[in-house]
Amino acid sequence: MDKAIWDIGYLIASILFILGLKKLGHPRTAPTGNLYGAMGMLVAIIVTIAQMEFKVIDNFILIGAGLAIGGLIGYVMAARVQMTGIPEMVALFNGFGGAASALVAASEVFRRINQNDLPENLDLYVAWIAIGLSTLVGWMTLTGSLLAMMKLKGGVEIFGKWYRTPTWGPVWLNYVKGLFLIGIVGLIYMSIEEPGNQDYVIGIIVLSCILGILFVLPIGGADMPVVVSLLNSLSGIAAAFTGFIIGNNVLIIAGSMVGAAGLILTNIMCKAMNRQLIDVLFKSFGGSDKQQVTRTKIGSDPDEVAMICDGISKCVIVPGYGMAVSQCQHQVREFADILEANGCEVKYGIHPVAGRMPGHMNVLLAEANVPYEKLIEMDDINSEIGECDVALVVGANDTVNPAARSDKGPLAGMPIINVDKARVVVMVKRSLSVGYAGVDNDLFYEDNTMMLFGDGKKMMTELISSMKEL
Amino acid sequence: MEPITGGSILIVLITVFVLAIFLGFELITKVPPTLHTPLMSGANAISGITVVGALILLQDTPYTNPGFAAWLAFAALVLATINVVGGFAVTNRMLNMIAGKRGRK
Repeated sequence: MDKAIWDIGYLIASILFILGLKKLGHPRTAPTGNLYGAMGMLVAIIVTIAQMEFKVIDNFILIGAGLAIGGLIGYVMAARVQMTGIPEMVALFNGFGGAASALVAASEVFRRINQNDLPENLDLYVAWIAIGLSTLVGWMTLTGSLLAMMKLKGGVEIFGKWYRTPTWGPVWLNYVKGLFLIGIVGLIYMSIEEPGNQDYVIGIIVLSCILGILFVLPIGGADMPVVVSLLNSLSGIAAAFTGFIIGNNVLIIAGSMVGAAGLILTNIMCKAMNRQLIDVLFKSFGGSDKQQVTRTKIGSDPDEVAMICDGISKCVIVPGYGMAVSQCQHQVREFADILEANGCEVKYGIHPVAGRMPGHMNVLLAEANVPYEKLIEMDDINSEIGECDVALVVGANDTVNPAARSDKGPLAGMPIINVDKARVVVMVKRSLSVGYAGVDNDLFYEDNTMMLFGDGKKMMTELISSMKEL
Repeated sequence: MEPITGGSILIVLITVFVLAIFLGFELITKVPPTLHTPLMSGANAISGITVVGALILLQDTPYTNPGFAAWLAFAALVLATINVVGGFAVTNRMLNMIAGKRGRK
């Protein structure tokens, strides 16, 4: 049978990817979109295996073993991950994808060098440029994603000791990154001049790994969603370059499409945070010069808050990263249930970048069985917040900081949820410390703001028991 | 008809590459924030397509003497499969959680 027939299978896979990606962007069709993507992948794998002629039976065992091991690990990881751990997991998988593309490139180049099967002329240029770029982007994606994952966690545990992930990036680091990039391009050029020498390839691998780390190092934890999204885009591009290495259409189509779509998504996410992509990537933000908190505020106790909340008719709950950290979404929901039992209308105000991933809060609250239609997006909740008796802010800070409405400081112009328009604001927070942007929050010191200092889960539990005692 | 050779194949591949990039730009327009994470995760799983590359290389590369290249391809296959299976599974979990609640109202 003509080998071209198999390409129809790859075409079908590509179409499924296109439809899948399209459908993933709309709430109602998203599950179908994911299914289409998975089916496309299955078709591509089956077509690839079906057209193999097995000369060496051992390779067949390796292929089976690789698919089984990878599938099992991937499935178990996805099934066992906590909902709060999903951002880290996405970052990790992304790194694996990039590494896989880079390893394919490495495998091909070492095989050719070992077997002395070097291409010539145009083929040499195409193969070696594609290998170089796939190596660059792939390894960068791996080390960058691993660092991003650790930043999302906030730190890493080595031999039982907890190390905070550093954020460090003076302006001159950007020039160092530029030098690394030039160095890599130079090495790609030299590897074409002397294709049989594997040292150049190893040099590209090492420099790319370092570049990935330097790239993510200056970017603070709250911008990680944007970075992960950009790295996702890069891992797609790496796959596309790998497609050039082995001359395969489906890799090129799926890879470059994911690369482009990932870039658009990155941009959409930046817009939601009111940031420019360039600023996120090259201007260290929020890491240094945090404002010192000089003012004090006397904390309230749960009994006081419970009394305020007794008999109110409308309440909005604004969750933030603190809710994710303390895992108190169930307590938040229980509190809302008590209010609703007393005839109060409860809504949730969701800031687009609350948490460490867009949609982070939606997933957590969904886990606590909060009905979807109670989760109100920022613009819609802002229009009715003036009618609210109480705004309960659980572990959020920058996303409700009125300083964003002024035109000064790092938060200037960021859209916020205007909780200060509510009659009483209750903030559950561990301390008065500044948020990620490093800006003090005037809201804490307002007369109509009550601070509940403490861990989210503990404070919400105490609040619930106070409510029950009333 | 002229058989398609080196240079022409390259042009075809580059054409596909460029068109697919444009397609990718057009595919995603307005996405509600709720779907940002699932979309990222789903797209990430699709970029695991490099599994096909790993399979093709693993088939062609002798795993002994010197087996280095084959083991690199094997590692690529394992990582890509984790990316694919884990990516689609975790996206599915997220979407079920978001969409499931809505259906139950």
